[in-house]
Amino acid sequence: MLPTIAFYLFSGIAVGSGLMMISARNPVHSVLYLILAFFSSAGLFVLLGAEFLAMLLVVVYVGAVAVLFLFVVMMLDIDFVQLRQGMMQNLPASATVGLILLAELILAFTARNGAGETAEKVAEVAPMAEQTANTNALGQIIYTDYFFMFQTAGLILLVAMIGAIVLTLRHREGVRRQNISEQVNRDPKEAVVLTNPRPGQGL
Amino acid sequence: METIKVIDTLHASLDLALPEVVMAIGAMALMMFGVFRGEKSFKAVSWGAFALIVATGLVIMDQAANDITMRTVGFSGAFSVEPFSIFLKYMILAGSGAAILMSMEYMKREKLDRFEYPVLVVLATLGMMIMVSANDLISLYMGLELQSLALYVLAAFNRDSLRSTESGLKYFVLGAVSSGLLLYGCSLLYGFTGVTNFDALSAVAAGEISDATRMGLIFGMTFLLAGLAFKISAVPFHMWTPDVYEGSPTPVVAFFAAAPKIAAMGLFIRVTVGLFPVSDGIHQPWQQIVVFVAIASMVLGAFAAIGQTNIKRLMAYSSIGHMGYALVGLSAGTKEGVDGVLLYMLIYLFTVTGVFVCILAMRRKEGMVEHISDLAGMSQNHKISAFVLSMLFFSLAGIPPLAGFFGKLFVFLPAIEAGYITLVVIGALASVVSAFYYLRVVKIIYFDEPEGAFQPQPMALRLILAASAIFTLGLMLFMQVPREWTSFAAGSLF
Repeated sequence: MLPTIAFYLFSGIAVGSGLMMISARNPVHSVLYLILAFFSSAGLFVLLGAEFLAMLLVVVYVGAVAVLFLFVVMMLDIDFVQLRQGMMQNLPASATVGLILLAELILAFTARNGAGETAEKVAEVAPMAEQTANTNALGQIIYTDYFFMFQTAGLILLVAMIGAIVLTLRHREGVRRQNISEQVNRDPKEAVVLTNPRPGQGL
Repeated sequence: METIKVIDTLHASLDLALPEVVMAIGAMALMMFGVFRGEKSFKAVSWGAFALIVATGLVIMDQAANDITMRTVGFSGAFSVEPFSIFLKYMILAGSGAAILMSMEYMKREKLDRFEYPVLVVLATLGMMIMVSANDLISLYMGLELQSLALYVLAAFNRDSLRSTESGLKYFVLGAVSSGLLLYGCSLLYGFTGVTNFDALSAVAAGEISDATRMGLIFGMTFLLAGLAFKISAVPFHMWTPDVYEGSPTPVVAFFAAAPKIAAMGLFIRVTVGLFPVSDGIHQPWQQIVVFVAIASMVLGAFAAIGQTNIKRLMAYSSIGHMGYALVGLSAGTKEGVDGVLLYMLIYLFTVTGVFVCILAMRRKEGMVEHISDLAGMSQNHKISAFVLSMLFFSLAGIPPLAGFFGKLFVFLPAIEAGYITLVVIGALASVVSAFYYLRVVKIIYFDEPEGAFQPQPMALRLILAASAIFTLGLMLFMQVPREWTSFAAGSLF
C-alpha cells in the first residue's frame, strides 16, 4: 500500500513540476521546478530498487547541472517572455503531434501481454537484486562485461571537451596574465631607475 | 548457417579491437603533441593523423590476413569483427585519409589551421569504426555519438563565420533529435526482449514470440531506423543536409559526404539484414520502410537538385538521391542485395571524393567560389580536370560504361529478383531526371563562355583526383576485383 501511495505521489509531483517548468513565467522558477522534477524522479528510482541511480540523479543533475542552469539563467540577460511568445501559437500543432505519439504508444503497450516472457529474460541478464547492493552490482559489470562501452564513453567525453575548447576558447591579444616566473625574476636593476632631478625642473 | 566465434577474455578482445585501440591511443598522442607544440603544429599533426590512418589500415590488413575468416565476437558480445566490418573499415579509412589530405592546404589558407581539426577527424573515424563493428545496442549508440559529436564540432569549425556556426548548430540540434529517436527505439527493443545484444535480439525475434512482443520489436526497429536514416540523410530525415553542406568548410563537407555515410549505411545493413534476416517473420516491416525511404530519397534527390545554383547544395541533394539508390539494393534483403549496396558505396566513395577535389580547386585570386556558373568554360583553362570532373558527373548520373552505371546495375538487379519491379522503375526514372542536372554541369564546363582560370592545386589533391578518375573510368576493366571483395564481405552477414 505504502509503495503505491509513494509511487503516485512521486510521479504526480514529477509530471506536475514538469508542466510548471515549461509554463512558469519566471525562468528562475522554471529551474526550481526542474530540480523538483529531478528529485521526484530520484524518488521513483528508489521505489524501483535502483538507489545508486537515484543518488546519481541527485548528485549530478540537481547538484551540478541544475545549479549551472540557475547561474546561466541569472547571468544571461535574455527576454524570456519574448522568447516564449511563439509557444502559444505552436501549441495546437505540437499538442496534436504529442497526442498522436501518446496514442500510438498506448496502443503498443496495451497490446502487450507478453510481460512474463520479458521479465524472465531480464532476470537472466541482470545480476541478483537481493544479495548485492546496486553500486556493487554495477561495479561488477562495468569494468568487465561493459568495459568496451565504458571506455568509449570516456572517448565521447574527450571529444566533448575538445569541441568546447575548439569552439569557444580565444587567445585574446592584450590580456594581462600573471606570469609568476617573470615576476620572480624581476631584477631591481631593470625595474628601478634612479634619477637625480634638479629642483624646480622635474623629470 | 553462419558460425560465430566467441572470445571471452578481455585480452583476446583487445586483440580483436586492435585497430580501434591503435586509433584511440594515436588520437590521444596527437592531441598531446598538438597541445605541447602549440598553434603551429597543424601540419605535423595532420601528417601524423594521416600516418595513423594508414597504420590502422595495416593493422586491419594484418588482422584480416591472420584470423578473421568468420564472425568473431568479443567484449562479452559488444563488438563483432567479420569480413563485412573489415571491408567497411577500409572504406571509412580511405575516406578519412583523403579528407585529411584535402584539408591541409585549404585550412592553412583560410586561417583555420588548428591542430584539433585532424584530431577530431581521427576521433570521428574511430567512432565510425566502432559503429560498423557494433554488436550491441549500447555499443551502436556509443559509436554513433562519438562520430556525431566530432562531426558537429567540425561543421562549426569556422567559428567566425555565421554560416558555419549556423550549420553546426542546426546539425547538432537535429542530430540530438535523431539520437533521441534512436535511443527510444533501443529502449523499446530492450524493454520487449530484455536483451541489448544483437545475436540475442535476433535469436528472440527468430524464436516463438507473442504478437505483442512482435509489435514491440517492430516499433523499436522503426524508431531505430528513423535515427539511422537521419545519419545517411535519407528522406524524410534529410532536411539538415543542404544547409550543413553549404555552411560548413568545404574539406569538412568532403569528409561528411563519404565516410560517415558509409559507416551509417553499414549500421543500417546490420540492424536490418543482420538483426532480422529475411528468414524470420519480422523482415516485412523493415523492407517496407526501406522501400519507402528509397523511393522518397531518389525522387527528392532528383527533383530538388534541379533548381540549385550552389555546387555544394547540389552535391547535398545528389547524396540524398544516392543513398536512395543504395537502399534499393538493401530492400531485397538478400546476400546479392547487400553485395550491391557495398559496391555502390565503394563507387560513391571514389566518385564523390573526386568531385570534392574539383570543388576545392574552384579558387580564384580573390578566394573560393562555389557557384555552378563559376565552372563555366573550365574545359579551356584546365583540360584534364575538366574532363575528369565531367566523367565523374557522368558516373554520378549512371551513364555506361562508367563506374556509377555498374553501381546502379548491381543494386537494381537483386531488387528485381526480389520482385520490387515498381521500385526499380521509379529508381530508373529518377535517375533520368537527375541526369538533367548532372549533364547541365557538364554543359556549363564545356560550352559556356570561360570565366577565368582557377589557381593551381597541390600535388596531394591531384593524386586523389587521379585515383578517383582511374577507378571511375577503369572499373569495367577490373570489375572482378571489387566484386570479389564485396561478395566476400556480404557473405559474412548471412
